[in-house]
Order: sequence, then C-alpha cells, then structure tokens
Amino acid sequence: MTLHSLTLHEIHEKLRKREVSSVELTQAVLKQIAKTEDKIHAFITLTEELALAQAKQADDLIQKNKGASPNNFAPLTGIPIALKDIFLMKGTRTTCGSRILSNYVAPYTATSVDNLLKDHAVIIGKLNMDEFAMGSSNETSHFGICHNPWDLKRIPGGSSGGSAAAVAAGDCFGATGTDTGGSIRLPAAFCNLVGIKPTYGRVSRYGVIAFASSLDQVGPLAKDVTDCAILLKALAGHDPRDSTSLNLPVPDYTASLTKDVRGMTIGIPKEYFVEGLDPEIEKAVRTAIDHYQKLGAKIIKVSLPHTTCAVPTYYILAPAEASSNLARYDGIRYGFRHPEARTLLELYTKSRTEGFGPEVKRRIMLGTYVLSAGYYDAYYLKAQKARTLIRNDFEEAFKQCDLLLTPVAPTAAWKIGEKTDDPLKMYLSDIFTINVNLAGLPAMSLPCGFTKGGLGESPLGEPPLPIGMQLIGNHFKEETIFRAAFAYEQANEWHQRRPAL
Amino acid sequence: MSYETVIGLEVHAQLLTATKIFCACSTRFGAAPNENSCPVCLGQPGALPVLNKKVVDYAIRAGLAIGCTIAKKSIFARKNYFYPDLPKGYQISQYELPICTGGAISITVNGEKKTIRLTRIHMEEDAGKLLHEHPTTRSKEASWVDLNRAGVPLIEIVSEPDLRSAEEAVAYLKTLRSILMYLDICDGNMEEGSLRCDANISLKPSGAEKLGTKVEIKNMNSFRHIEKAIAYEVQRQEEALQEGGKIVQETRLWNPEKEVTVPMRSKEEAHDYRYFPDPDLLPLLIEDSWVTAMHQHLPELPTAKRDRFISEHQLSPVDAETLTSSRDLANYYEACVKVYPDAKKVSNWILTELLRELNNSGRSIKQCPIKPERLAGLLQLIDQGTISGKIAKTVFLEMYKTGEPADKIVSRQGLTQVSDTGALEKMIETIIAANPKETERYRAGNEKLIAFFVGQVMKETQGKANPQLINEILRKKLKP
Repeated sequence: MTLHSLTLHEIHEKLRKREVSSVELTQAVLKQIAKTEDKIHAFITLTEELALAQAKQADDLIQKNKGASPNNFAPLTGIPIALKDIFLMKGTRTTCGSRILSNYVAPYTATSVDNLLKDHAVIIGKLNMDEFAMGSSNETSHFGICHNPWDLKRIPGGSSGGSAAAVAAGDCFGATGTDTGGSIRLPAAFCNLVGIKPTYGRVSRYGVIAFASSLDQVGPLAKDVTDCAILLKALAGHDPRDSTSLNLPVPDYTASLTKDVRGMTIGIPKEYFVEGLDPEIEKAVRTAIDHYQKLGAKIIKVSLPHTTCAVPTYYILAPAEASSNLARYDGIRYGFRHPEARTLLELYTKSRTEGFGPEVKRRIMLGTYVLSAGYYDAYYLKAQKARTLIRNDFEEAFKQCDLLLTPVAPTAAWKIGEKTDDPLKMYLSDIFTINVNLAGLPAMSLPCGFTKGGLGESPLGEPPLPIGMQLIGNHFKEETIFRAAFAYEQANEWHQRRPAL
Repeated sequence: MSYETVIGLEVHAQLLTATKIFCACSTRFGAAPNENSCPVCLGQPGALPVLNKKVVDYAIRAGLAIGCTIAKKSIFARKNYFYPDLPKGYQISQYELPICTGGAISITVNGEKKTIRLTRIHMEEDAGKLLHEHPTTRSKEASWVDLNRAGVPLIEIVSEPDLRSAEEAVAYLKTLRSILMYLDICDGNMEEGSLRCDANISLKPSGAEKLGTKVEIKNMNSFRHIEKAIAYEVQRQEEALQEGGKIVQETRLWNPEKEVTVPMRSKEEAHDYRYFPDPDLLPLLIEDSWVTAMHQHLPELPTAKRDRFISEHQLSPVDAETLTSSRDLANYYEACVKVYPDAKKVSNWILTELLRELNNSGRSIKQCPIKPERLAGLLQLIDQGTISGKIAKTVFLEMYKTGEPADKIVSRQGLTQVSDTGALEKMIETIIAANPKETERYRAGNEKLIAFFVGQVMKETQGKANPQLINEILRKKLKP
C-alpha cells in the first residue's frame, strides 16, 4: 500500500517506528497532489515550502525524542494536514473561495489552526470550497469546481468539498472543515469519509471566516473514526477569544473507541425516512440500523415533528447573519477593491458586485430582506421561534435515546451542473443535516455503503458512489458518537475503500 | 398661536476604561493613526468580539447613580450600515434589551427644580474616524481611515422628551456630565469628544397632547453649541409653523460658523439599521451580587453632596451648588474643612479668591498650586491674629504664585500683624495730635470719622496692625 492511502494513525505508527520521516511523507503527498490536482482541483493554495519546513522541524522534534521517551510526540506531529480556505493562517493567502478575498493574506492565525500547529502538524495547503461556505456542491467557488475523486463528473459535496476530495484522494491525512448546515457531513458522505460537526462552541471560531455565526462550527474530515477522534481532540478546546466557546475540558476522544454499543439506545426519527429518499440510500442506512441491533444496541422509533421547518428556518437565519457578516467586505481596508470606482458608493457597489458570486449575492439579498424593518417579525423572529421548536424536539428525543441515526443526504453525489440552475433543489440536499446546526448538536457522517453504480453515459459505466449515515448526539456527547461509530466501523469495511485515481 | 418646545437628548459618553469594549487594544487618545488596533477592532475576517467586563461595571454604575433599573438580561445587537469608518459594516450596540432602563435626573433652572426622566442607558462601541487630510503629508487627494477610536466603549444615555428649552437642555447636560465625572467613568472632555449629544426637537401647540414632528440635530460637542443650536432650531420651527408651514422629519447638523442648522438627511433617506441580536456575543446576564458590589463602590453624588453641604455645613444653596459642580472642587473644599472646620469661611475663600485665580490662569482645580491644607493654614493664621484678613489676600496671591505655605511667606516678607499695644498707643496718640480738626469733629458726634483714623494707622503700619486692637485703642483715646 502506498503511503498516501494510509490513515493518519497508521502514519503516526510509521513515524514512531522511524519507518518514514515527515519530510518523506510530505514529499510523497506533494507528489500525489501533483498527480491528482489537475483532475480534482481540491486546492486553492499550496503551501509547499512552508510544509517542507514544518516537516523538517517535526523530524527534528521526533529525532530529539529518540532518547528517554522516544514515542512522546503528539499523534499529529509531522503529519500533512490541509485547511479549508476559510481558516486564517498568518502570512498565508486566505480566500474563502471568493474573488473579494482573492488577494487577502491573513494577518493572524485561527485558534484551531494554532492548536494543530502546537502539535506540529504539517500544513500542506488551503482547500477549495464553496464561496463563503455557501453551497452544497463546491460549484460556487471563485477558483473553480472541485471534482469528486470517486467519479470526476460529480461534485464532492459542499461546502468543505475541497477538504473531502483532498483527504479521499490521498493529498493529505486529514483536513479541517466548517459545517453551517451540513458542510462537513455532506462532503464526507459523498467522498466516503468520516466527518464530525461537534457541539456548537466545542471548537473555537476565532480566525475562521464567519458565514452564519450562530450555526458555524469547525470540525475535521478524515479517513476513519480514529483519525477523526485524533483531529477533533487537537482542534477543540476553550478559547477566551471566542465568546461562544465552551469552557469545558476536552475529553480524549480516542479513549471512547471501545467497539461496544451494548446498552446504548439508538433512536430512528421517522421524519428522516420519507419520500425523496433514494431507495439505495435508505437500504444502506437500514442495513446499518440492523447492524447496530446485532451489536447489542436497542433500536427505537422516535419523532422529531418540526423537521420539515428546518430548511425554511435555516434559509432565513443563515442569510440574515451572512448579510451582516459579509458587510465588512467593502473594498476599503483589504481584499478586492474595484479599480475604477470614483465615489464612495461606487466603490462599495462595484467592489461587491464584482467581488461576490451569484449564490453569495442571493443570500445577502435574502438576509437583508428578512432583517428589514417591517419584515423582521414575520421572518427573522418567527424563524427564531421555529428554531426553539426544533431544539425542543431533539431535547425530547434525547430523553428516550443516546443517539439518533439518520441518512446524511437524500441521494449520493450528483453530477456537476445538475442542480446549479435550481437553488431550491440544491437547498433540499441539506434536509437531513440542517436541523443539527439549528439545535447546536454534534453529529457525524460515516461510510455505510455504496451505490451499485452501473451503466451510464461513460463507456465504463457509472462507478459505485459512497453512502454515508449520520449519528446525532446530545450536546457535548461527542464521545457517545465516537463510541458507536467505532463499533460500526470495526465490523465493516466501507471506510477502507479508496477511489481509483 | 403659542407653541411649546419638546426636547429629548441622546448623550454619548466615552467610558474611561484602559482597553476597548470588545478587544484588548488601548483607548489612549492622541496615538498615531491605527496604532491602537488589532484584528478585532479592524473587523478582519474571522475576528470575534469579547466583552470587556469593566464596561459593564461602568454602565451599571451610571445606571445606579441615575436610579435606573439594571436588567438581569441584556442583549447586544448589530446595527448594520455602511461607512468607511465602520470596519465590520455594523456597530455592536444594544437595542431591544438595554442594560439600564428608567431613572431620572433633577435639574435646577432659574431657581426652579425639575425632574427629567430617562428612557434607557445602553452600551455600544464607537466607530473610527476619517481623515480628509493626510496627517503627515497634508495631502487632500484622498480620505484616510483611522480606527484608533473604533471599539472605544460608549454609553448612550437617552432622555424622555421632558425638556422644554435650550436652558433646560444645557442644565440637564451639565448635571449629567457632573454625575458621570463624579462616578469616574467619563472624563467629560467635550472637545475631545468624550461627551457628545444629539437633540430631538419638536414644537406643539401649547397644551396639546400630541407631539409635533421632530427634527434631530446630530453630534454637538459644546454647551454653547448645544444651547445655540437648540435655540436656533426652536425659532426656525416656530417661524415655519407661524407662517403655516410644516416641519419635515429630518436629521440636521449644526453649523457653528454660520450659526444655523442645515439638513443632513430626510426621513426617506433614513437608515434601516436591520438590528438583530449579535450571534457572536451571548446574552449578558447580570446577577444581583454584581449590582450590589457596584452599589457599594458608588461615590456620593453631586445632589447628595450639595444637600449635605447645606444641612451639615450650613452653606447657602448657591454656594453648595457651585462647590459640588465638580467632584474635584468638592473634594478640595472637603479637604480644607477637615483641617479648618469653619465651612463658611473656607467656602468664601474658595468661591471668591481661589476660583477667580484659577479662572484667570485657566487652570482646573486639579492643577491648583495651593494644596487644601495650605489654604486652611492661611485661614488659621488669620484666626491666630498673625495676619489681618487684608494681608491674607496678599499672602494668598503669593501662595498661588509659588505654592509655598502661608507662614513661610508671612515670615519671609515680614507681614506679621502689629499687636504691640504700647507701640500702637504711641502711634495713635501722635496721629490724634496731628489731626486736631478730625478729632474735634469726632468728639462732636461724627462717629464715622473712626474709619479715617483706622486708615491713618493702617497707612502708618502698612496694613499690618490688628484692626480690632486699633479700634479699641482709638475709641479709648478719642473719648471726649
């Protein structure tokens, strides 16, 4: 097996045994990127020089540890990781997938990235994403579409599509993502990865470009549950610079990986198995449910009656916050400034007109509208009330069970261009993930099967596509999710499949 | 028709915290452009606000001093608008649930006492400022942005429309300013913009219930401008109404050179700020213990102090009012009284001699060269008979000039009072002998002439004679 197809924890073992150096590893990954990037376009910026320097440093550190306690280095030390281009890293271009930030060099580093750097991870580059994280397909990036490594004609999912594609393609051993309405879980499902959106406040948002502040949460994408646990442990923690950050100790998530789900109650919300759900997806998820029963978990039916309110609620609240969060991109202090503006108003309108893409503009307009005097009560305030109802639904459900199990998306990855002309159709792809953000809960997407594939336009036919399932936990119960996910993963092999590239 | 003026004021007070409201940048005035800035106050992508607890302390103090209700839960909101000096494209302020509501301030205008109710006090961040001339090159070809002020904490104090004239508005502002300064939460420096005021002015037919159309005058920063602007605006509106015209709802600016208000924007151009709760900040929950702690640190406020000076020190209301107009002046007075308990005498010396000299030299009481104990020392010298009251005034001026203690000046300049009875008796006998006509007239019943003789003695002793003693001896010697 080639280096780049190994998992993060497997690589850590190799570094410990000195079977490979971080520099060799970094070079191997850069080679893989060079080989695949033309096809996939997962990166916006490569930080090759920085990565090699960091790898050299990590090797020095590992060598130094050779004496008394030879294996005493963090699991991320020397391991190439990539960042969604929404994370600020000092001195590095951070575009957020937008033309308006196409020339923006970050003046400081995000807390979560600092946490990775403290563990001496190697940062290999900045990953492609939907512009300002708005989109479910990675087609709104100013820097071009990212392709799904499992089928290059298809999207990798959004908005952390570059993160998912890069990890799946072996361009890095883990990536950071952000999840506002499913932006970690959807691409994880579409690229056969494990991705977790932690409890709101678990990971600092400081230095992560805001889309919708009350929904955004940082999380990792990785090849398996163990990698995901290692990455989340590194990213998480209280940050005094983020007022919404939780002041709670971070558990060692790898300690929760015990294979055991006996005594656990898993709720199946009936509202998630409805018309529009692709039969192949439903079958895979139901098989996983049966599997949990075999492993000793108790399966019960639950109801989340306000599930159908989630999409409209989300598409009021998220654009409202976005319209305000994106006001700072005005061409005055940084980022793209229109060269021909002669008056202040012209500077604003021309810079923003040409700096933002259509999806971002659509949401700014929508958000501006719902916050306007006279409409606030009818839209924003009402959506806040609906959000409370959705949150209460979950609270009720978690009185009966430890976890909820649902599909991640109604379909597998769709073809590039398939939904771009119909925003509403695109918005519905997030129907199973959005609720979790509105409630601030932790949720993971993990592989649970593949579509059959079959005859398509291509002479080789359509390749099988990954299917993901979602485990939703109560607030701060990431450990329960990890425990259940690991138990399933140990008994299945879906996560071991790699795309043919 | 006669009209009644209705005025409500919105006062912005800059708080005296060392750091900004949502980051750790300094609030120091006068730094080089953008020196006091960080990703948070520059509105850099990804930056997040963290509330400075000191700002809340100060807002609670202001609220308690004014008798407001302190909200157990208050919320920060975003006020969205575009302007180059507003880095985030929104100002973090409070909207629906401010930290303080209610309360009132008493003012006295022309001897009449009046209570002005408050609507609310809320916390917010200041914006930056634009420089239309480059600070070093003096170039005017572009405008520059200085964000040192962006994120400096403010409280906005909003009154009910209870004010009825420009004089009342100024009295209210002066009282409010003195309260804030007493609390040590605002330096009250209007020139540097630490205290700014917007006025909402409308006129209604006398006795009418319904308020007239209001006009807002923005951003005034001196008592004189405020008084003139309001007076001008009241007159402008009254003339328009008398001529049968209508007042349009608009925002106006005061032009201090031309002494007129000019339109800035109309109601149609008014901003829709699209307020909503800031999702980056959690609701601010204030426990009773916090409020109690702030209560314990509350200093005696001007009104209470004034009342105490009247009742305990038997000062006149006017004197007490002046002495309490500033906390530093009141402190000075109290420090004097501590050493020299004759309050009336202390108050007289401060209000006449000291304030005159301070005014003449353009100094504040804080810069007063005479320490309170030394002023008390001077008064003690008078009581001891060492110097006369008249000489004391000369000594006082020298003290003001040099800062030296009174006794040092007195002994150095040989100003000690002549109280030697024998010497005075001889001198008076000589004077009586030298002025037979006046002596005769006095003895004939013209007692007013005693002043003439006193004057002669003073002239002879260069003012150093003890006047009481002179009087005694003169009356004895002049007896027929």
